[in-house]
Amino acid sequence: MNLNGFPILSTLIFLPIAGAVLLLLISRSNENLIKWVSLIVSITVFIISIPLFTEFNKSTHLMQFTEKHAWVPSLNINYSLGIDGISILFVLLSTLITILCVLISWNSIKAKTKEFYISILIMESAMIGVFCSLDFMLFYLFWEAMLIPMYLLIGVWGGSNRIYAAVKFFLFTLVGSLLMLIGIIVLYYQAGRTFDILELMTKTYPYQLQIWLLWAFFAAFAVKVPMFPVHTWLPDAHTEAPTAGSVILAAVLIKMGAYGFIRFSLPLFPDASRAMTPVMLTLSVIAIIYGAVICLAQTDLKRLIAYSSVSHMGFVTLGIFALNSQGMEGGILQMINHGVVTGALFLSVGMIYDRTHTRQISDYGGVASAMPVYASLFMVFTLASIGLPATNGFIGEFLIILGGFKANQWAGVLAATGVIIGAGYMLWLYQRVFFMETNQKVAGLADINLREIITLLPMIILIFWIGIYPNAFLGFMHESVKHLLERVNSGSMHEVGVAKNILEIIK
Amino acid sequence: MTNLTGFSMPDLGPVMPEIVMTCLALLILLADLVIKRKETIAFLSIVSVAAVTYLLVGSTGITFNGMFIADNYSLFFKLIFMLNVVLTVLISVKYIAIEKVNFGEYYSLILLSTLGMMLMASAGDLITLYLGLELMALSTYVLAGFLRHDIKSNEAAMKYFLLGAFASAFLLYGTSLIYGLTGTTDLKAISSYISVNGLSGNPVLTLSMTMFAVAFSFKIAAVPFHMWAPDVYEGSPTSITAFMSVGPKAAGFAVLGRVFMTAFGAARIEWTGILIPIAILTMAVGNIAAISQINIKRMLAYSSIAHAGYVLLGIIAGTSEGTASVLNYLFIYAFMNIGAFAVVIMLRSEGFKGDDISDYEGLAKTHPLAAALMLVFMFSLTGIPPTAGFMGKFYIFMSAISAGYTWLAVIAVIFSAISAYFYLRIVMYMYMKEPKAAVQLSVSPGIALALTITVIAVLVIGVLPSKVINVARIAARF
Repeated sequence: MNLNGFPILSTLIFLPIAGAVLLLLISRSNENLIKWVSLIVSITVFIISIPLFTEFNKSTHLMQFTEKHAWVPSLNINYSLGIDGISILFVLLSTLITILCVLISWNSIKAKTKEFYISILIMESAMIGVFCSLDFMLFYLFWEAMLIPMYLLIGVWGGSNRIYAAVKFFLFTLVGSLLMLIGIIVLYYQAGRTFDILELMTKTYPYQLQIWLLWAFFAAFAVKVPMFPVHTWLPDAHTEAPTAGSVILAAVLIKMGAYGFIRFSLPLFPDASRAMTPVMLTLSVIAIIYGAVICLAQTDLKRLIAYSSVSHMGFVTLGIFALNSQGMEGGILQMINHGVVTGALFLSVGMIYDRTHTRQISDYGGVASAMPVYASLFMVFTLASIGLPATNGFIGEFLIILGGFKANQWAGVLAATGVIIGAGYMLWLYQRVFFMETNQKVAGLADINLREIITLLPMIILIFWIGIYPNAFLGFMHESVKHLLERVNSGSMHEVGVAKNILEIIK
Repeated sequence: MTNLTGFSMPDLGPVMPEIVMTCLALLILLADLVIKRKETIAFLSIVSVAAVTYLLVGSTGITFNGMFIADNYSLFFKLIFMLNVVLTVLISVKYIAIEKVNFGEYYSLILLSTLGMMLMASAGDLITLYLGLELMALSTYVLAGFLRHDIKSNEAAMKYFLLGAFASAFLLYGTSLIYGLTGTTDLKAISSYISVNGLSGNPVLTLSMTMFAVAFSFKIAAVPFHMWAPDVYEGSPTSITAFMSVGPKAAGFAVLGRVFMTAFGAARIEWTGILIPIAILTMAVGNIAAISQINIKRMLAYSSIAHAGYVLLGIIAGTSEGTASVLNYLFIYAFMNIGAFAVVIMLRSEGFKGDDISDYEGLAKTHPLAAALMLVFMFSLTGIPPTAGFMGKFYIFMSAISAGYTWLAVIAVIFSAISAYFYLRIVMYMYMKEPKAAVQLSVSPGIALALTITVIAVLVIGVLPSKVINVARIAARF
């Protein structure tokens, strides 16, 4: 299905780049034009991405909106795009988040405006590219290319300790990615010279090789997620990045790691994945509890939300490696949820930071009396982050804990304690910032304006839409997840079958 | 002299580009006496290179009884050399005027040095190889010391000359040993003698190969024979540093590839045993030592050492795929490295050296375009897509893994990740620090053209690498 041959995915990838080139031509003194052009480009991209949502065929696990062209024929590298039920939501999330990032930066980015919006748009291209690529080389290209704009976003427009955070982010990610590159090349030769992801998934690889490759890929994906113990770059990067950078990081970038597990690690190395499940579940549970406990000790607003991401992403990986449909669907949905909620939290923090220029929790207090609209919106995000029923967080966490419980009772039980601590640190945060005695720095602040409300509105809508009628989103993934789990769990079925046959013969 | 009538003129077709190059280089030397505007000389040298390039494409074949081979392999290298000359001349025009060494000999020396490289790439015999290598080296020694009044430049030339002389001696030792063993200096004859007599494993052969490896390692600045590189790169005129980091290095790889793959093809196991430790050490020392540099020319010197380490992986792979990846890499490397040096040269202005890394502080604010170009080259040297540097590295790793050296590729990527630190440091200085002093850029049409060519090449090859890879694959068949 290609919408009458219209290459919609390519358009989504290249339109932001075209926009970035356009920005390049605009004089840097004309800041308003730069902002408007980037806003229009990002909205256009979002509008173009809507047909994906409406025209998507939910009754198949096959790739849709596919495009394929030869790219480097001599090495059998193709320019191959397509989306299925797992990736579609992330494409939409990326296009939406970019608009919000442009809006939130409207007044807060004052230096090197041109470079900033160019970085944001290139970032968007790379994010969409990662989720659409069906060729490993193409995927890797986007995956790595993303580092350049992100490095600049953190390092140029970030907070006081930005250089340290940017370099740390870059090096952590690069080491992981390069190990994956080696894994990809090994896989290429093992499978008979192909980078085609769909073709690679149809083959079986020797168990020992699967284990090696799983860990090579793990290096890349676990750093991105980030899983315990390679999460240490995240608090620095999130905290130091400008608001737009934190939002992109939290909403989309760290989802790529979990997406990588689902898209590549599980179907390519099913036997190794099953064998490594206990390790992955353990790491996930550690991340959930450790991340949550650390949150209680934070004094910096952004740092607290950053550590809560570690905890929430622990839920995601727990759901994925539960290797059952509830866990998997919950994991994917929770990735979207986390993108929406944490994205919204970072946006909100950015708004108040623009006014007070401090991230210290102790500098706040009584914000609710100064900014009532802001406080009520923030309340919604807080409750969604905790996972209150009727918000999206509840659906995701519920499914994950259910799946986790089915896979391993202890994992389910321990993960549930993470939810409790989560409620603790979020409500306590809310109390310290919004209630209590009004702080000097907060008194007399202007409430959020229309632009800021518009920025947060899509998040509010999504929180309740997913929370009340999750099937609108879960419906996309049913077939793809079913197909994936068949692939992952078929190995054991196959072995059982072989064992039965052998028994028959012996009899 | 019994049969004078039997003497036949060797076929000069294959060697015609070299003959023309010799004549043109000497003509330019003479023209310098009458032409006062040195820009004209620069222009003439580019015209000469264009003429030679035109001839190159048509001249293939073997002549002088196999001493000179003009095949696709040599053609590819010669195109890199031509490119190297054009880009170097473009970035030199204004620079040597600023350095007050605006002499016409500069250009003819560049052409003569390139002539030497061309001979090396086409050498089918160890004697031809030696002649080419010496011509290249002697011209480059002079160029390195071209800033006569600068003590560092003098030191560079002297150091380069002394160590180069040692390298030549090693090469001659190797040659004489192999001649003693096989009775010939012809590469093909050596190869067949070794395989017919089952000489692989012979200690004299191993010793001779080690000598060759040492000599070539000097030329490509591989560890532990790299000691000259940082000092020479720092002291030489920057344009010559750019020239040296691409041309002689590529020429070194050209002979390394041909000698080891053709002549010592049968003893592959022995020579990979020699080259693997060299490659690992080269990557390690190059990348780690670069981290602590404060002078950008020294940093780029160590970076170019490290890059030689990556390229060695392609040679070690020993397959035609490996050779193709070496060719591909050197071609890409020419663009990204000269591009980076072009930015370095722009920072040099009257009374301002501009080669400290701290001079790059806040460049993005004062000169956003120059900073953006440097950013592209730095990311390309790191090997981050969508730049050409990534495609180069990727293909090298691929050929190494295909030949079964996965562990070596893993070592290479680890060092490659380390390299990100010092390349990014430049980006960090440019974009994330405030400018200290107003840096004046010396822009000229030549340098602008060179930067345009290099940045477009780096980005286009990064996204559409197919053409270059295909040509490299064709050229990789001996």
